[in-house]
Amino acid sequence: MADQRFRTPRSVAAGLGSAHHGVHHFLVERVSALALVPLVIWGGFAAAGLIGAGHAAAVEWIAHPINSVLLGALLICGLIHAKNAMQVVIEDYIHRFVTKAALLLLNLTVCILAGALGVFAILKAALTGGF
Amino acid sequence: MSTVPRGPADRPMSPHLQIWRWHITMATSILHRASIFALYLGLLLLAGWLVALAAGPDASATYEAVVGSPLGLLVLFGITVMVFFNLAYNVRQAFWDLGHGFQIKTAEATAWAAIAFGIAAAIAFWAGLVMLGAL
Repeated sequence: MADQRFRTPRSVAAGLGSAHHGVHHFLVERVSALALVPLVIWGGFAAAGLIGAGHAAAVEWIAHPINSVLLGALLICGLIHAKNAMQVVIEDYIHRFVTKAALLLLNLTVCILAGALGVFAILKAALTGGF
Repeated sequence: MSTVPRGPADRPMSPHLQIWRWHITMATSILHRASIFALYLGLLLLAGWLVALAAGPDASATYEAVVGSPLGLLVLFGITVMVFFNLAYNVRQAFWDLGHGFQIKTAEATAWAAIAFGIAAAIAFWAGLVMLGAL
């Protein structure tokens, strides 16, 4: 078909049916963004109180259940939001399949690792006093 | 049998950056992409702070010395600007999702507003830190 290369992806996909998860990524980005608004504001105030306070004061602060839970929520929500945002950047600009797949996996790995390390560190500092 | 394109389309494309006149709405679009990288770095710095805190006073002091250096503070200030810009840009996008704000004048005004908010809010936050005596 000579006109095939002039067809838009939309027209090629028309009639193939919905994949039924087209809006999932969009919704996750919106919901995580909403959750991040109060969390980031709280984090800003928390940071203002912690800068220069020293290790012992920071550990004492993090041992408070409200602080450890909110800090965990901030980190996890932020990483989910950032992972999805970076995924779109990769999908938009990297077209070679192998490079794209490798970068998407790297993105996922970095975010999950940062989340696992961060949550473990919160628990360790909160429960053992950070030594 | 239809095929789904997996790469750049072999058909006329929109003009490339190099021959497109720069205007504020495209600049904020690019800045929004840049802010994603800044926020990514910020989250990794947050995770790094937590790991240093859990590792003990020595690691914690080393982390504070690196992030508290002039270059570290400059990076943190840049991340703050980008966080507030990203927030304003997402509010702008929420209105777009509802179908509002697409008039050229409105889109340009909200683009400038997002940049102004990012810078103003970051300066206010850091001024607050200085006034509280945190810095």
